[in-house]
Amino acid sequence: MTVLVGFVPTPEGEAAFTAGLAEARRRGEDLLVLNTPRGGAPVSADAAPPELVEQQTARAQADSVGLEVRQAPHSGDLADEVLRVAEEADASVIVIGIRRRSPVGKLLMGSSAQRILLDADRPVLAVKPQHDAG
Amino acid sequence: MDLAPVIDGFGVVLEPTNLLYCLIGVVIGMLIGVLPGLGPAATIAILLPVTFGIEPVTAIIMLSGIFYGAQYGGTITSVLLRLPGEASSVVTVFDGHALARQGKAGTALGIAAIGSFVGGTVSIIVLSLVAPLVASFALDFGPPEYTALALLGILLVSTVSSGDRLKAVIAACVGLLLATVGRDGFTGAERFTFGNLQLADGLDFVPIAMGLFGLGEILYNLEERHRSVQAPAVVANVWPSRADLRQSSGAIGRGSVIGFLLGILPGGGATLASLAAYAVEKKRAKHPERFGQGAVEGVAAPETANNAAATSSFIPLLTLGIPANATMAVIFGALLIQGVSPGPQLVTQEPELFWGVVNSMYIGNILLLIMSIPLVGLFVRILRVRATVLAPITVLITLIGVYTVNNSVFDIMLVIVFGALGYLMKKLGFDPGPLVLAFVLGSLLEDSLRRSLLIFDGDPTQFFTRPISGVLLVVFLLVALLPPVRAALRRRRAATRTPDTTPKELV
Repeated sequence: MTVLVGFVPTPEGEAAFTAGLAEARRRGEDLLVLNTPRGGAPVSADAAPPELVEQQTARAQADSVGLEVRQAPHSGDLADEVLRVAEEADASVIVIGIRRRSPVGKLLMGSSAQRILLDADRPVLAVKPQHDAG
Repeated sequence: MDLAPVIDGFGVVLEPTNLLYCLIGVVIGMLIGVLPGLGPAATIAILLPVTFGIEPVTAIIMLSGIFYGAQYGGTITSVLLRLPGEASSVVTVFDGHALARQGKAGTALGIAAIGSFVGGTVSIIVLSLVAPLVASFALDFGPPEYTALALLGILLVSTVSSGDRLKAVIAACVGLLLATVGRDGFTGAERFTFGNLQLADGLDFVPIAMGLFGLGEILYNLEERHRSVQAPAVVANVWPSRADLRQSSGAIGRGSVIGFLLGILPGGGATLASLAAYAVEKKRAKHPERFGQGAVEGVAAPETANNAAATSSFIPLLTLGIPANATMAVIFGALLIQGVSPGPQLVTQEPELFWGVVNSMYIGNILLLIMSIPLVGLFVRILRVRATVLAPITVLITLIGVYTVNNSVFDIMLVIVFGALGYLMKKLGFDPGPLVLAFVLGSLLEDSLRRSLLIFDGDPTQFFTRPISGVLLVVFLLVALLPPVRAALRRRRAATRTPDTTPKELV
């Protein structure tokens, strides 16, 4: 059993990682960070730079939690990919960061967080960044 | 040397329209240099229809800007993302990315920009001095000499180019075959037209180039899907220190020379030059183990060489009318479309075009040096555009473009057919370059061969009685026969002795 964190290099993703790390330590399980940018372009703002991954590894080591980072790109829907990996790794909990969005934006773009929350067949921990101004 | 036409050339370049198109050319060049997959040959092919409406000088200034601009752009992704945007920047990856990982991305990019500038400028100066000489020498060329030169050009392009030699020769033969389609220029007989009126005038160069280079490359790139996606890189500390400059000055000098020489060679060009320059630096270095760990020379040498080569490969095109590589073949096509036949007469008959294009390269290189570093962030942003967005737009532009040339739907069909052919060729390891080059040179070869046979009363041995054509044909035979003979010798030696041959050192 592992704790799965859906990670993007944003304050929301950072909050999710912190919460995921605490959760993994509490449960005594390994941590699986899924940082999967959408495939097709050579560069994506969703991909975590190597320094950040190193930093995460150091933080996990300090808390003596086993860490695996997956950065393979996905095609299709992000929520499906997170759920697929959760199934594959037999995650005990999925940790995601959520943000405030306008109803119109949500209508147009859909919400990965909502789809994960509704479709997951296991507990989902949704966290917000600490200094949430909005 | 008469300086008046050179000065006039600067007058041509400094016209606002030409300056603008020079800027457009180098910016497009840098953009496609950054984008992996889409090379300068493909871009120039796709943009051929755009050049129809503008003056010949302006058109060629823009197209050559794309070519040497791409050499700058390719560096950026090599250094920052370990992703060579251009084949000629592949070796820059080793040391460039190592430097970037040490936090010295700016140093690598700065050195590359300075090296490119120096290499390009040295090449232009030598080009200005050498080209008129070669051209005046080539004015004595008659049909037999052109026959020999075209043969040698096709052979060199197929043998020197990277990849499988046999496949390149096959591709060149297909290109020669395609060149025979249409009405025979001497007898008026129809060949391989299958009664189709559209084929009566032969295959056009534009749809073939746009299909093989443009559409073919787009299709091929769509296929490579599961590449890793990287985070956007940040650049800091842009200017290289004085120590870096001193360390790489030798490499820049040698890179300029190697690049210039290999650029002139048919089949050489930027890619080969960068490989050779890197290998030379590695061999000369006191501590070769530094290479690959972030040696500044390892960035300076190939980047200097590829720009020098990109510039010097204009020499055979502008003086002899023989394109040295695939990109030059497309520019050759662009000149033909404009009603300018590249050849030795170009310097004397169209001095404005010749010197305008050559002198525009000074301006272009200065523009590139100024723009390359500040715009890095912008260029890297373009890499975030997905292929699924980029490819349909490019295909649409290609198809609309080819339609506008002749307002012919048949040309669109040709592009699609050649696009499929280009895709299959790339997939099976054939380089489309020799095909296009042989197609371009095919009609020149056929015309001059038949004209010379008329002169010689049908006696082919007379080719060897003329000094220039004789020498060229002997070189042709040497290049053609050397590899099989060497292979045979090696096989015999291997058969007599125990196979203890050491593997060849790879770059």
